[in-house]
Order: sequence, then structure tokens, then C-alpha cells
Amino acid sequence: MGTITVLNPMGYPPKVNAKPMAPRLETLNGKTVYLVDCRFDDSDLLLKQMQGWFEENMPGVRTRFIQIRNVYTRDDPETWEEVKENGDAAIIGVGH
Amino acid sequence: MTIDHKYQVPTIAVHTDIFERVTKSVARVNGMPKMRQVYVPQPVMGKSAAELRAYVDGNDPITGRPVMQEIFEGLTGSLDPEGAAGVSFDRSTPRLVEPDTEEHLHQLFLERNWTDKLPIILPTEARVEAMLRHTSHRPDEVVGHMRPTGFREYWEYTVEKVAVNAVMAGCRPEYFPVVLTLASMGASARGSTTSSAAAMAVVNGPIRKELNMNSGIGAMGPYNLANATIGRAWGLLSQNLQGGSEPGLTYLGSQGNNYAYTSITFAENEERSPWEPFHVQHGFQPSDSAVSAFTGCRSTAFTLGLRERYWRRHVQNLLRGMDPHNAPVFVLDPITARQFVDRGGFDAKEKLIDWVYENATMPAGEYWDYQLIQNYVYPRATFGEEPYASKLKARDDALIPMFNREQIHVVVVGGETNGYWRIMGAGYQKTASVDDWR
Repeated sequence: MGTITVLNPMGYPPKVNAKPMAPRLETLNGKTVYLVDCRFDDSDLLLKQMQGWFEENMPGVRTRFIQIRNVYTRDDPETWEEVKENGDAAIIGVGH
Repeated sequence: MTIDHKYQVPTIAVHTDIFERVTKSVARVNGMPKMRQVYVPQPVMGKSAAELRAYVDGNDPITGRPVMQEIFEGLTGSLDPEGAAGVSFDRSTPRLVEPDTEEHLHQLFLERNWTDKLPIILPTEARVEAMLRHTSHRPDEVVGHMRPTGFREYWEYTVEKVAVNAVMAGCRPEYFPVVLTLASMGASARGSTTSSAAAMAVVNGPIRKELNMNSGIGAMGPYNLANATIGRAWGLLSQNLQGGSEPGLTYLGSQGNNYAYTSITFAENEERSPWEPFHVQHGFQPSDSAVSAFTGCRSTAFTLGLRERYWRRHVQNLLRGMDPHNAPVFVLDPITARQFVDRGGFDAKEKLIDWVYENATMPAGEYWDYQLIQNYVYPRATFGEEPYASKLKARDDALIPMFNREQIHVVVVGGETNGYWRIMGAGYQKTASVDDWR
């Protein structure tokens, strides 16, 4: 059976550019960790349980629960600025 | 990702385990393959406080390690070189597939998820060239950019790439300007939303007759080559030109959607409609050819005709059955369109839309408790965006509009074998000129 040539149907992906991560902390003790709720399908309830875990198990960690200022599909520079200004680390959730 | 990289705040993201592949893939193609991520069981929605606490106290179902230990380790310690610097790389798409037999190529297209799992026409150079002869645009002209979801990167595509997918769908070459128009809008017919959305296309103007499209009996069913293959082409080009539509990776619709096979594509029955055509409502002349794109098609309600005594209540009942996050598109057989004129005095589509807006209401408490309203509307209301902020001030038992007026639409299609009609829950995206792509 003969061979034929066909065209590839896939589009053109963009180049992937490296994004350096923030240096990690030496310890969480004495630090402020933001629990950032992305406001999707009861994610606030899970993060509040996580906040409770810190209070019981790592009382030296200060936690602050906040919600993003809009729907999760939009960037939220005000919230990120607040976390950078007043916090040391962040836990964001819940992607589901 | 933004807060970790751009704002340099050590961050860990929490996801449910079903999204492991997609979250790791998104991190990789965003140049941050070592992004810290931890997983809890699916679902979170609807679980009690005790159940959620068990998630926190328990293990990550992907790694088997304690969730809180992974969170601690994700925020502390040192980064390896890939984490510290990120990773850059180029990706390319070859123009041609390695030559092979037709049988093997069909198998290859299936295995690479380049099809909708129905047989396709192999896009030989001759077939693609025939398609390209039906547009004045150059093969290497960039048509647009598309992505399956807001979290993924845009992919780019040319006229030739659109032609390849149109061939695969079985389009005749003369259909190509309509397919190009749909591609140019950048609206994906293969959105990856967990809600399993499909798309809908409404064609207006002279092109309907030129292509022998169906606006009459069976227009929304499998009875017309142009209707079927143009809609199928929109789906195939969406999945291939946006970088895929693979379950668990670039497609997350929990149940899937049978409408997605041909994207509910039909011509409006302008000749039998009592109202102006859809494209004329959106700024075009009747002599223009245009196509209108809708996405987010999930829900359908139907009934027969409009009864004299209770038609208002019957329509309200249908509307109450819709999710308030998904505005209604009235898809009316010409018989029912004329009934709306006769019963309600709606001698223009806009008057019917006004009536729907005013009569599609529900108690505010019920409205705000819908999950999709909580996810996508409530946050906007809390920060003052209208009309949502005003709705939020209503008492729980006060009736408030379910939809925004500008999200409600009306199209006429059908062959008048009876007055059946339906409401599609669908989001209007845009109407674009087909003539511009001839």
C-alpha cells in the first residue's frame, strides 16, 4: 500500500519563558502566612480548616485568611500587593 | 504562579487530586515546573467541616505524604536550580506529518487526539490547497489565537492550519470562509470547563443559500452537509489550534457534551421569521453574510407552542429551570415566533427580550445560593460591580432578575412541522463578517 503526505493539524504554541520562583523561608515560625481563598466551590471552608490546623499545631505561625477581590479568572494585583507587603508566604486554594 | 514569580512571595497552591495532570502541565508550560502544589481529595464542595479537617489532617492522595507536611516543605527550605531559575524551551509544530499509509495515518490522528473520534478526511496537500482557493487570504496569514481556558497559554494559527482542520471535518471548499470566520473570533468550541460546555453557531445572510445550509426541517440535526461539517470544523480546529482537548489535561468537562460533535450549527430562518435577522440586530446589513458564535451551551428546555391562558407562566417555568449563570437564547420555530407576536404583541425581538428580562425572576436568597452565582457573580457584587451590587442589597424573598438583559437572545429556526421551541443556555460571544474572509 502506498504512502501519502498529510498536514499537521496542530496550531503553534508560544515559547515557554522561565519564571524563577521566590526563595523559600528558613522557617515558618514567627512568620505570617496568608491563606488566600480563590472563591471557588467552598474553597474558603477548606482553608479555614487549614488555619485551624496552624493554630493548634504551629501556634508560632501567624495566619491571615483573605479572599481574592474578584472571580478567580481575573488577576488580582491588589491582593498580591497586600500579601507581599504584610506577609511572608501564601497558601492559595482551592483549584478544583 | 503570579504571586510566587512576579511578587516573589513563597507560595504553595492547593488543588484537588483529579486536577493533578492539568495543574502540573500548566506549571510546566508557564516556565515554572517546580511550582509547589499539594493535593487533597476531590470534592471539596459540599463537604462538612469535619470532612474537610480530615483532608487537612490526612495525606496528599497523589504522594501519600501528610498534606500539612507538604505545605510546610513547600514554603521552606531551598530550591533546586530548576525551581530557582525556572525553565525556558521552544516548542514547534511541523507543517507535515511523516508520510505513511492512509490506514496508519488514520490511526496516528486517533492516537494523538487530533480527531473527535469519528472518521476524518485526511488533510492531504491537494485537499488543503482546494480549501485555500476559496479565500483571498494568504495561507501563512495569522487568523487568531485560542486557548481552552483562561489558565492556559494562547496558541496561534494561520489560514492554512484552519484549512487543514476544515478538510478533516469533511467541509466542501466553498464552506471555508464560514469556518475561517469562526476561527477568527478566537472563541473555543472545546472549552475545558468542568461544566461540559459546547458551542453554537448561527449563520445569517446570503451565504446560507450559497452553501445550501438548512434553516428549516431538521436544521439543528444531522441532515445537512454544510450545517454538520462547518460546526464540526469549528470543534476540530478549536481542539487542535488551541493545543489540544484531552480529558484530564486540556479538557475537564465532568460529563462531556454531545452537542460538541457539531457545535449546534445552523442557518437562521430569516424568510419565515417575523423579525429582523440576528446579524442585523448586531450591526450588519441584511445583504451581509455573517456568523454568530455562542459558547457555554449546556442546558436545554423545551415545550410546544404558547397556550392562550397560561403561556406567560409556562415560559416563566422554563426560565426558572435554567441555571441563572447561563442566560437564555430562545430558539424558536417560525410558528412559535409568530405566536409570541400574536400572544404577547412582541413585534420586535427586543420586545420579547424585554419581557423575558422582566419575567425571569427568582427570590434573591435562592439566586445568591446557586453555586455558579457564588463562584462567578457574588465576588463581583461584593466589590460593587453593577447590576450585581444592587441585586445583593435585595431581601432574600424579593424577586430579582435572573439574567442581564444584554445576555438574552432570540433566533428563529425550524421547518414549521409544529410549534416546538426550546431555550438554550448559551453565552453570546460575537457576530463576525463572513464576507471579510472570502
